[in-house]
Amino acid sequence: MFPQSSRAARQGPAIRRQLASLFWIGFLGGWAGLLLARGHAVAFQAPAPPPTPSADQVNAVARQLYCPVCANVPLDVCPTQACEQWRAIIREELGQGWTPQQIKDYFVQAYGERVLASPPAQGLNLLVYVLPPLAFVLGAYFLYRAVHPWRRGPGQAESTPPSPPEDEYARRLEEQLRKRS
Amino acid sequence: MLPTLGYLLLATAFLVCLYGIGASIHGVLAREERWILSARNAMLLSWPLITLSALSLIWLLLTNHFEVQFVWSVTSRSMPTYLKVTSLWGGQAGSLVLWSWLMSAFASVAALRRWDRDREFLPWVVVVVLVTLAFFLSLALFFDNPFSRFWQASNGQTLAAMFPPAGAVPLIPSDGQGLNPLLRHPGMILHPPMLYLGFVSFVIPYSFGMAALITRRSDDRWIRLTRRWTLVGWLFLSLGLVLGARWSYDVLGWGGYWGWDPVEIAAFMPWLTGTAFLHSVMIQEKRGMLKRWNMVLIILTYALVIFATFLTRSGLLSSVHAFAQSSIGPVFFVFIGGTCIISLALLLSRWDDLGGEEHLTSLLSRETLFLVNNLLFLSIVVACFWGVVFPLISQLFTGQQVTVGPPFYQRTTGPLFAGLLLLMGIAPLSAWGHTALQNLGRLILRPFLLSLVLLAVLLAVARLSDPGALLGFWLAGLVALVTLDEFWRSASARSRTHPEALPVALWNLVARDRRRYGGYVIHLGVVLMAIGIVGSQFFQQQTQGTIAQGQEIQLGPYAVRHDSISEWTTNDQRDVTRAVIAVFHGGNQVAELHPRRDYYFVAQQTMTIPGVYSTVQGDLYLILVGWEPIASNGATFKIYWNPLVNFLWCGAVVFILGTLVAAWPDPERRRSRASAPHWSYVPAKQ
Repeated sequence: MFPQSSRAARQGPAIRRQLASLFWIGFLGGWAGLLLARGHAVAFQAPAPPPTPSADQVNAVARQLYCPVCANVPLDVCPTQACEQWRAIIREELGQGWTPQQIKDYFVQAYGERVLASPPAQGLNLLVYVLPPLAFVLGAYFLYRAVHPWRRGPGQAESTPPSPPEDEYARRLEEQLRKRS
Repeated sequence: MLPTLGYLLLATAFLVCLYGIGASIHGVLAREERWILSARNAMLLSWPLITLSALSLIWLLLTNHFEVQFVWSVTSRSMPTYLKVTSLWGGQAGSLVLWSWLMSAFASVAALRRWDRDREFLPWVVVVVLVTLAFFLSLALFFDNPFSRFWQASNGQTLAAMFPPAGAVPLIPSDGQGLNPLLRHPGMILHPPMLYLGFVSFVIPYSFGMAALITRRSDDRWIRLTRRWTLVGWLFLSLGLVLGARWSYDVLGWGGYWGWDPVEIAAFMPWLTGTAFLHSVMIQEKRGMLKRWNMVLIILTYALVIFATFLTRSGLLSSVHAFAQSSIGPVFFVFIGGTCIISLALLLSRWDDLGGEEHLTSLLSRETLFLVNNLLFLSIVVACFWGVVFPLISQLFTGQQVTVGPPFYQRTTGPLFAGLLLLMGIAPLSAWGHTALQNLGRLILRPFLLSLVLLAVLLAVARLSDPGALLGFWLAGLVALVTLDEFWRSASARSRTHPEALPVALWNLVARDRRRYGGYVIHLGVVLMAIGIVGSQFFQQQTQGTIAQGQEIQLGPYAVRHDSISEWTTNDQRDVTRAVIAVFHGGNQVAELHPRRDYYFVAQQTMTIPGVYSTVQGDLYLILVGWEPIASNGATFKIYWNPLVNFLWCGAVVFILGTLVAAWPDPERRRSRASAPHWSYVPAKQ
């Protein structure tokens, strides 16, 4: 046994060294693994890029814009190659997190106000929005003037007595038909 | 030879018009009836001359005479015969010939009527109609000649001219460009002629109006004489607008039918003033009021008819610069300006003669409600006109191009249309002169309560919450109930006083007062159209997606599955790509659709033909947007769910039927006209 023991005694430091090496390898490997894992964890915790906008999201913005080349064609339905490219720009900008308003501003800056479905209410454009209601109010005023003399005139009381419901109606109907024929 | 003949016929018609104008004026001034009769004959002669010229052009189109510039620009050898005929109105030059042809036909019908009672109108009707006709003929003769031919000059340059330039030889292209693919649709075959028929029909009431002004006839005779003309014009204009909307829905591939495009609006405006006129003339007939206003309306309608043609033909829509470069734009501008100034000056000169015989006697009367109706119609016209011309004004004064698109029109005209619907619910119950509030309340109570019940059902069952849609549906319901109640009350009242069954009583009522009951049918048509418009505008859904074969997309109550896609070339130079789509509802296949895209080689233009599955509930409208290479078998589709849209088309049919009922000739009136006394064509010396 002794010789074995002595052999064991001789081999003891070597085993310890091997164990120590294994420990350090394992430690360093584990640390590296942890670091790598941490690195992955850091990568997963970074803000994810926005998902690719859907065609419906692109069209929702494109619908509010008009083709800068074709007259009076909304961008979401314009079949030209140019409009396809402009829709791609919208997709890209939505992908970068732009809001619809920012995208509209971008197109106005690039192509002018004609890309908007309605002109912004400023300057001369105010006339677009002011004139139709003004015309209506003026027309209503003239209509009021036409009716007004009656309202102030004498004898405007509702002189027509409430007629007996159906017989009176039949009589009037016949009278109208007689006049027609 | 044939182009020269066609041109000479057109030129002769123009000279005949000029002769007719001169002869008519001379006849009145010299008080010589034979000159007036000769002018009338000139008006009659214009039709066969222009007919022969138009037939020459159609023959050239049919027989591939590509040496004629117009033929070359709108036809090709591969086009079917019917499209070659309809390509007459596929370009500006041919459209001008069509316009003149229809105008001369209406002029001839007007000339052939019995003039016994209204002879003093004849010379001036001839003048106004022939001036309009001569104007359009002059455009075709001097500015956009449909018979111009190609010539090759000695320096190799290609020219288009009627007669050969010095040293030039005829040039005959082997094939033409072909008709614009967008115009190769059945809707486009009928849409322009209907619209043009509507336009030219309104020239007749205008000419009678002017004749009444010139001859100082301040009674309502001109209105009674042209009532049917107006209704016929209105009918054709309505048909033209509806067909245009249907064409847009079927061909333009954007899921809608009305895009508030300036060309659409241009055709819509005379319809609006014409509708206001149709209501307003009733006040003059019943109460002798609004004589001046009716003149204003017919002048406005005529001006808008010319403006509508001008807008689409002058280049003004694309830009003010295109207008300035356009050959016919400035001519149109001068003609519209000139006729407006002359008409209004004439009206002002007769202002005192046209004072009303009566005045409004009540705030609540049919005439007041009709006036409110006129206010609403005219306000819509102002909004439309302003929306169309503002981009040009902006460009002119600031150099800034702007778009006035659907949001503006929807916001501006939406409340006005709602107001018109409300009036349609009240006005039929009101009386001429004065309506007691109590009576009106009693008459409207039943329909009103029923409409509230309908509204409650919509809220409870359909769970609608949009206030605009609810208001629209409620108003449509109210008008429908009021109108049906009117039919019911009239028929039951008649069946009480006559021994007639209810359906017979209803039939007799309609037969004896077609105008009134035809009007009610029109109102019912409008109700159906309103339901379709509210449904499709407020509740349209859409989605777009790329799906491989066998995959599905869900929209509204439907699922659609992409089954296959194929591509082939046709004999008429088209590359067709067609998808096969299965439509499912509740898990069961209900239809197979074939949306496709046609690429026309020569025109280098793509047509998007939707696949549509129509039901009472609405349309599933599917467009093929794009497709991937054959390997992936994927394709992109845009799908629309248009609820209730078919109410719009059904309503249009009812609307047209109602107009036919209202415009149908009355035999009793023909007899009374035949027995009328004979008057002189020229006014007696005073």
